[in-house]
Order: sequence, then structure tokens, then C-alpha cells
Amino acid sequence: MADKKVQMSVALAGLSLRNPVMTASGTFGYGQEFSEYVDLERLGAFITKGLSLRPRPGNPTPRIVETPGGMLNAIGLQNVGIDAFIEKKLPFIRTVNTPCIANFFGDTVEEYAEMAQRLDEIPEIAALEMNISCPNVKHGGIVFGTDPASAAAVVAACRKATGKPLIVKLSPNVTDIVSMAKACADAGADALSMINTLIGMAIDLNKRRPVLANITGGLSGPAIKPVALRMVWAVSSAVKLPIIGIGGIMTATDAIEFILAGATAVQVGTASFITPGAAQQIAEGMEAWMLAQGEADIRNLIGALRT
Amino acid sequence: MQFSSKILSNVRIAPDYWRIRLTAPQEFVSARPGQFVMVRIADGITPLLRRPLAVFNLGTQASAGVTQVWFEMLYKVVGKGTALLSTLRESDVVDILGPLGNGFDLGNDDEEKLLVGGGIGLAPLYLLARELLKRSSPVRLFAGGRTRDDLLCLADFECLGVGRHCATEDGSFGAKGFVTVALNRHLDELGDKKATLYACGPDGMLHALAKIAAGRRLPCQVSLEGAMACGVGACLGCVATGKDHSPQTPDYRCVCTEGPVFESSELKWGV
Repeated sequence: MADKKVQMSVALAGLSLRNPVMTASGTFGYGQEFSEYVDLERLGAFITKGLSLRPRPGNPTPRIVETPGGMLNAIGLQNVGIDAFIEKKLPFIRTVNTPCIANFFGDTVEEYAEMAQRLDEIPEIAALEMNISCPNVKHGGIVFGTDPASAAAVVAACRKATGKPLIVKLSPNVTDIVSMAKACADAGADALSMINTLIGMAIDLNKRRPVLANITGGLSGPAIKPVALRMVWAVSSAVKLPIIGIGGIMTATDAIEFILAGATAVQVGTASFITPGAAQQIAEGMEAWMLAQGEADIRNLIGALRT
Repeated sequence: MQFSSKILSNVRIAPDYWRIRLTAPQEFVSARPGQFVMVRIADGITPLLRRPLAVFNLGTQASAGVTQVWFEMLYKVVGKGTALLSTLRESDVVDILGPLGNGFDLGNDDEEKLLVGGGIGLAPLYLLARELLKRSSPVRLFAGGRTRDDLLCLADFECLGVGRHCATEDGSFGAKGFVTVALNRHLDELGDKKATLYACGPDGMLHALAKIAAGRRLPCQVSLEGAMACGVGACLGCVATGKDHSPQTPDYRCVCTEGPVFESSELKWGV
């Protein structure tokens, strides 16, 4: 067995990842919350909760509700803000020998650029992931995430502000995700994360009211996997940038499907809520699957879908 | 910690209410009153999320020469997850994450401990009563519910030897009305003697208790419920409003990691 080592590392936008598995923003805190359950050094990378210039308190409750095969959330980008992140969260992140990617957002182009610049100055941050797709707050970036020209403007501004790998997280709540992806690529993005949650709602029949205080929320979990796969496949066929596949990945084989569809790496989100060690288990499970299939190198599977 | 747990028993104790006993690893004996676990009821994607349940009781039993740690929980069948849980039988296995949360502060010995539970909110109070009785302070239980079926496991509390006051809204057991009436009467009798309130139950009951505690300047620890996905402080779904909360300057506290037990004065009520 020992000599049959599978090559699991991938290169993505200048990052060298020991395996393709990352944790999705907003499902893994700032890393430390899961350190009891996950060996962070067995992951490809981990991604922080979305950060903003000032702390954000988030939305009123109820904020989450389970739906068939998934869950809706409307947290509202609650986060400690960049200053508290540097002071309180970075000391732990510094001790982990795994790339930490900072997810961030702003209310305006200027705020996005300022955040990109602040994060660029932090040596412990390996790459930046721009959230232009939060469906749950008025200024959560969704306005940038649904219009190609606005997306291009905000990505270009961040591109100028950082030399670090710049990943843009796309919203699925658009008519044509390929044109959004192209706009981000042309504006200087190094990679695309996709997809963010799908806007949905749940109704309390007895009260005849929405379950969520925010009325609508973002749908995640296994229910969205087919949608995510199709979007990853469509964008990877049309755009040259590396893609990080996200959407309902619960198992190693789910992750492999995203790689076949064209993703270079994947993010595990909702699964971490159910099994805190899910991301590590999926990384290890992918390696076991490769071994069982007689596959030597994960890179051979990227986009290897037969159509 | 996360562990596979075998069901030792799962019995209906009243219409819609069940009591489940499960195995646990040795380390689980250090679980504190007020802590909870997240239960993965079935593999697969329905139900998808774990369900948070309070620890009702725990102990050890010898079986085949080995000491086995067990714990119990009470639950009410309210949806698909708990309905499915009620169909599980002895020897079935569920996955457990926990114990989680902060638990109750057991306070000082020189004060009377007044435990107030409403319906399923009685669940975390049993282990609390048991632990408090190991100390010298007197313990009393105030149990409330809509009807007699909501007053859970009174016989168990009775076996512990706690003083008991019951009230039901329909008068089917104990005094008719809210349990806060009996509590206020007892607090009047106590006069200047020190007391601490411990409570778990519906929001309305907890809000009323917070007012009583504030009016009488008594410490009051409340255990909250919250809709949560993870139980470990990552999803931020289960927040409660802290005392400095306003729509302009929200103050949210995470129920799973900062709670589930809070001093009632630390929270903003009636939001």
C-alpha cells in the first residue's frame, strides 16, 4: 500500500494545495471552532467566515430552517470585522500549516478594494475569496454578483489592491452564470468559487408566515448539488480559470463528481454542520477512492467528464 | 466529542413525550447539568441536520463485567426528526456530538435553589437537581405545563426528594394557572433569604421569570433553545438577543457556545 501513494495535490491560482478539499466560508468559523474535530493540516485549505471592514451583527432570528435535503440560512454575514479578526483569530491561524483563504465583502466598490488591501497586508492569508453573492443582506455583494458590468468593476478594483490570488465566489441566482464568470475572468480574477446558496423560502403553515425572519434565505446541502454540478460544468467548458466546486458535497464521491465536471478543488460546507470532521473525511475518502479505482493522480480527473 | 451510541431504551412517557437512554464513552460522565448533545437520528439526507437535546440524566451500569456509561434525554415529538427518533428501538444506533454548551453554574451553598421548568423544559433540570442535592442547599421544583401530560417525570424528581410545586393551565394537575404564582408565593415566604432561580421552558415563562428575578434582585439562570445546525458555534443560526440589543445596535449571543445557559439579566427579553 505504501508505495501506491496517490498524487492528491493540486495547484490553484498560484496556491499549492496538499489535496483539493477546502472548507466553505460561513460553515467553518475561523478554523479554531473545528480544531477538536478536524486536523486542519489534512485539508487543502480553509476559508474564514466572510469578513468586512466593520463588525456585522447579522440578522434577527429564526436564521436557519431545515428543508428537504437541505437547509435555508439567513445569517446576514455576522462577523467580527477585520480588526478583531487580526487581533483575535489570526494568532490561531498562524499556527496552522495549511493555506488560510480570507473570504470578504463590502457595501461599495471602495470598501471591497479597501478590504482586499487590508487582507493583502496579512502574511498569514494565502489568498482572498470575494463574496459577491450573499443573498441575505441588502449590501452583501449580491448587486455585484448579478450584473456582469458591476461584477467586473468590483473585481477590477480588488485586483488592483492585491497581488495575492483573487478568487471570486459566484451566485447561482443569475440568468447566465457563464457571462458572470467571463466578466470576472476578464476583470482579473484568478479563480472562481461556485456556487453560493440558492435563494429560497420556507413557510410555517400554521402561522401562515415565513419561517425565517429575513423571509428568504440561502439554500444549501445535497438538494443543490445537481444545480451546482451543472453550473461548474457549464463555466469550466467556457472559461479558462480554475474552479472551486461547491454545493451539497457530503461524500468523497460527491467531490469527485465536481472534479470530473471541471473543478480543480472543492469546498465542503453544510456537511461540516452535520459531521464536524466531514472535510477531512472527504479528503481521505477521495484518496481511498482513487486508490480503489487505480487512479494515480487527481489532476488527471479534472474536467475528465465524458460527454 | 463525537461517538456512536446504542439505544438502551426509548419509551413513551406521555402523549408526544419520550424518554431515551443511550450508551456513551467513559468521558461522558463529566457532562454537566444544562449541557446538551446534537443527535444524528439517521444516515442519509432526511432529516439532514442533527437535533439538539438536553441531557436529562446520566450514570453508569455494569454489564458483562464492564462499566457502561449511559445518559438519558427527554424529547417531544414536534416534527419529522423527533418522530423518526421515536421509532428507534433498543440496539439501534445514533451518532452523538457532545456534551456541548456551558451548563448551569451550581452557585453557593447558602442559598435556596428554585428550579422552574415548563413542559419539555423540565429535561435539563433533573440532572441539575441531582447535582445540587449533593450539596447542602435546599432544592425545590416548580413544574408547569398546559396540562398534566406536560409535567414530565415528576416521580423521578420525587425520588430525589425535592420539594415540589405543580401548576397546569387547565387545572388537570396541581394549581390551575401559571407556575409563577406558586413561585412568587414561595419567594414571599422566603423573605430576605438568598435564593437562585434556574429555569428552562417556553419563552413566555422565561420572560416572566426574568421579570420576577429582576424585581426581586435574584440571580436567575435560564437555559435557552435555538434553531441550530452545528452546535459548535460555526453556523451562527441559534443566536439570542443580549441585554444591549436594539435594532440599531444588535447584540447577539450564540446559544450553543455562549449558552445554552444565560443569566436572565444578560439577555434582552420580549424582542
